[in-house]
Order: sequence, then structure tokens, then C-alpha cells
Amino acid sequence: MNVIEVRELTKKFGDFTAVDKISFEVKEGEIFGFLGANGAGKTTAMRILCGLSKPTSGEAKVAGYDIYKQAEPVKQHIGYMSQKFSLYGNLKVWENIRLFGGIYGLSDKQLKEKTDRMLAVLHMEDKRDTLVDSLPLGWKQKLAFSVAILHDPRIVFLDEPTGGVDPVTRRQFWELIYQAARRGITVFVTTHYMDEAEYCDRVSIMVDGRVDALDSPSALKKQFNTTTMNDVFYSLARKAGRGE
Amino acid sequence: MNSVQISHITKSYGNVTAVRDISLSINSGELFALIGPDGAGKTTLFRMLTTLLLPDKGDATVCGLDMRKDWRQIRTISGYMPGRFSLYQDLSVEENLEFFATVFKTTIQENYDLIHDIYVQLEPFSKRRAGKLSGGMKQKLALCCALIHRPRVLFLDEPTTGVDPVSRKEFWDILSRIKEQNITIIVSTPYMDEASRCDRIALMRNGSCLRTDTPEQICASFPHKLWSLKGKELYQLLLDAREYPQTYSCHAFGDCHHFIFKEENDKADDLAAYLRMKGHEDVLIERLEPSVEDCFMDFGEDDQ
Repeated sequence: MNVIEVRELTKKFGDFTAVDKISFEVKEGEIFGFLGANGAGKTTAMRILCGLSKPTSGEAKVAGYDIYKQAEPVKQHIGYMSQKFSLYGNLKVWENIRLFGGIYGLSDKQLKEKTDRMLAVLHMEDKRDTLVDSLPLGWKQKLAFSVAILHDPRIVFLDEPTGGVDPVTRRQFWELIYQAARRGITVFVTTHYMDEAEYCDRVSIMVDGRVDALDSPSALKKQFNTTTMNDVFYSLARKAGRGE
Repeated sequence: MNSVQISHITKSYGNVTAVRDISLSINSGELFALIGPDGAGKTTLFRMLTTLLLPDKGDATVCGLDMRKDWRQIRTISGYMPGRFSLYQDLSVEENLEFFATVFKTTIQENYDLIHDIYVQLEPFSKRRAGKLSGGMKQKLALCCALIHRPRVLFLDEPTTGVDPVSRKEFWDILSRIKEQNITIIVSTPYMDEASRCDRIALMRNGSCLRTDTPEQICASFPHKLWSLKGKELYQLLLDAREYPQTYSCHAFGDCHHFIFKEENDKADDLAAYLRMKGHEDVLIERLEPSVEDCFMDFGEDDQ
């Protein structure tokens, strides 16, 4: 079953075509890597899929909802985290969980259970009353991810979640992603780390607003006759005509 | 000759120690990287070396100049590109460059050869306001402004963070060309794979310097035999490999896992048999040379 269906999706800003007729599907429970050079159109496309921006033309359904007519239900059924905005630094760990859980309409009982379970999984039971700002970046990102899937969304969108995170924590973060995918949550993730592209079930690579390649990492490596995703990325993105 | 000499520098903010007793000597003309994640202390160290911040303890010299006494001179011979874009957004590309040249009492013409390679890409936008440039273009302009007075030492704080792999490679190609001009370059990065582009690197974590050496020497001194594990179900393979009693560590590394035995004389055949029993019929185990990332992760493996 597809949780994301995109047909000829296009977004123009004036005479600049940021997203140029992209079409693809993402299956339920899949880890989908959304790669591309800076300025290729990834963020614009992702904002459309999150119901935050209206496309110029084309169609898209997210979690079964139409992004034109049902943007609000789309938002209720997705989770989102980015490297820049994750949580409120001047709120405590439990306050952030309470805030986001409340926004997504979880009951007090659900919230209590979920908070306890989440902090146990993250080994952060003793950090309940800690201000988020005083946590190391890696912990913040793991917490932000757990908060983004607190309401059991169908899909979670992750925009460069591991940038600047240390190598060990980066790998722990990916284990959280695997666990979420095993629970049936679809993961839609962008990254500049090519080793992380290997952890995805399928990977798309955007070049100048188009999706120029889409397949499993092993099939892409075969297609481009190479042994690393870095080379695949390089041979595609090098052709890009536009900068950021 | 030592271009930058750092001895026992410490800097705290309240009760957080950002830089802890760091000593380094960086040679003249060297391309040197501080490699470490967010919070390692890289930016604080840069701010002290560029005389924007004083250490609590310790001393440093830049080209023989004392950071406490000779800060004025240090500023005239250093180029600094901070992590956050800090040019004048309301000035055009050309005006920004002109401004930095004037502040350092020189002209664009005088040192144009140094930035020519980079600036040609910006020239079509020379009248555009810096704030309206794309990320990649801003970065190139910032580099031009840091170079326009022909500094003897160039400090670049995370110039490639959040940058895609193709642009990262381009940026490192530019740095290699600047190095040929006999400018000492000190660059920080969270990307371990950039180590191979440097003469020497310092691995940093939580304010401390773990190791300083050439990337080759750091890899050569890796204290374990490293193995790669490949299979179809990579995540399950990772979980099962960690359950094996003789496992010291097992980490995901792209299309394979990097595995270390507790005892060096343990046999890969036994591990293969165990993993096959767990259902990984296709498991492939091979010897592997460590990368800088393996070395970084191995520091402090015990306390994680």
C-alpha cells in the first residue's frame, strides 16, 4: 500500500521552477531516502507533502489525504523534524513531550504512558526535568524524533536529522528509525551522509527540481556501475545546471 | 616552523567546559582540520585563536604573535570565516569584498589573483545583495572576503556543514589550491570523510583533543582487527551480531557493518556459523582497513 503518491508535482516561484513534475510513490513502512544537492528542490517538495505549501500543479496524496483539499488531516497524520527546529530549548524534556502530545490531541493517560516508555527507550529517565537546551545535540535529535512520532503518525518526515551529530549517536538515531519502520511508520528522510543512504529501502535523487533516479541503493549502484552511493550521487548531481 | 602554537588552553562558560586543556602545534603551510561533532569545542577554539575570546588558562601564538598581547597584529594576518554567515547582507557582493579589502588596508586588485578562481563564479552576481545569494554562493563570497588581505593563516569554521557531497568536494578542491599559495589553513568539520584531504587532523570530542596525527597514522594505530559483515537483512544482522558472545563492537557503516572481536584470535568462521544459524544464509565476512570514523568511534567505546 502506498502512503505517499505524487503525480507530476510542480512548484514555481515566479519564473523559477523549484520542483519540476516529480512523480513517485512511497510504500507503507518503507524507509525512503530523499537525496539531492543543495538547491535541488528537496525542501520545497517536502513542505508541499507536509501540507505547508501549495503546489503550482500536479497531484499528491499523503496518508490517503489530498494535499490541496485536506491539508489539515495531512498534518494530523504526519510527524516532522528538522535539524534546525526540533524542540523548545527553554522547556524541560517532559514539558516538550506534554506540549507536542497536547497539540496532537493525546489524552493525559496516553501521554503519561508514552512519556514513560519513550524516556525508558532513550535511557533518559533521569533527564525528565532537564531543559532541552542543556542536552547534547545528539540527545536532542533522538528526543525530537521520538516526539515527532509520539502520536503514531503514518509517516514521519526527517529533514537532515543527523547533521553535525557525532558518529555513535548518528548510528543510534538510525536504530530509532529502523524501530519506527518496524512498527509500520513510514520514514521519509533527507541526508547528506551517503552511508545513511545505504540504510534506506529506496532512495530518490533530485537534480534541478526533477527526480533523476529512484531505486534501492543496490539497484542504483548496479545501474551506475559503481560500488558506493557516493559515486551514484556524484555522477547525478555533478550534472546539475543550477546552484542553490 | 610552527604557524600556530597552542599550549594547555582551557575555556569554560559557566560550569560547561567548552575547551579542556588543548595543546596543538600547526606547521606553517599545513592544511589542518579539527574534526569532531557539535559540541566538541571547535568554534570556541577558533574564537580564541582569532583573538575574539580569551582563554581561562593557557596560551597560544599565531605566527609567533601572542594571543593576549599581540591581538591587533594577529587580526591583520588572519582570515576568519565563521560558521554562521556574517557578511553584510545589505551590501552587494562587490561592496562586501571592497569593504573587507579596505578594512585591511588593501585593494581587491592587489590580491585578486588569490581569489580569482572563486570569484569568477560570483562575478555574474557582483551587484546582487549578499543576503539574496544562494547558500553555496554566500559561502564562496565569505571565503573571498576572508582571503582578500592575503592572510598568513586562514581559519574556516565548519564551511561544509549541511553542504551536499558534490559541493563539499568542490570546496576541498578550492582549499587545496589556496594551500599552494603557502597559506596555513585550519578548518573544522563534523565530516570524518574529509580527513583524507588534510595533512594532519585533530580528533575532538567534548572539549578535548583525542588524537593529533596524519589521517594515515591515525588509521594505522587503530588497536583492533576490523571486519566487515555483509548480508541481506542488514538491521537484523546488526542486532544478531551484537548478541554474539565474542563481540566487542558492531556498528553500521553504509552497506556493511564494522565488527571487532573481543579477542584478536577469534575466528571469523565461528561468527559466520553463528550468524547462519540465526538465519543469515548469505552473510559475508571479510577483513577491512579502518577509516578515521572507525578510529573516532573507538575512542571512548568503553564509556558508551
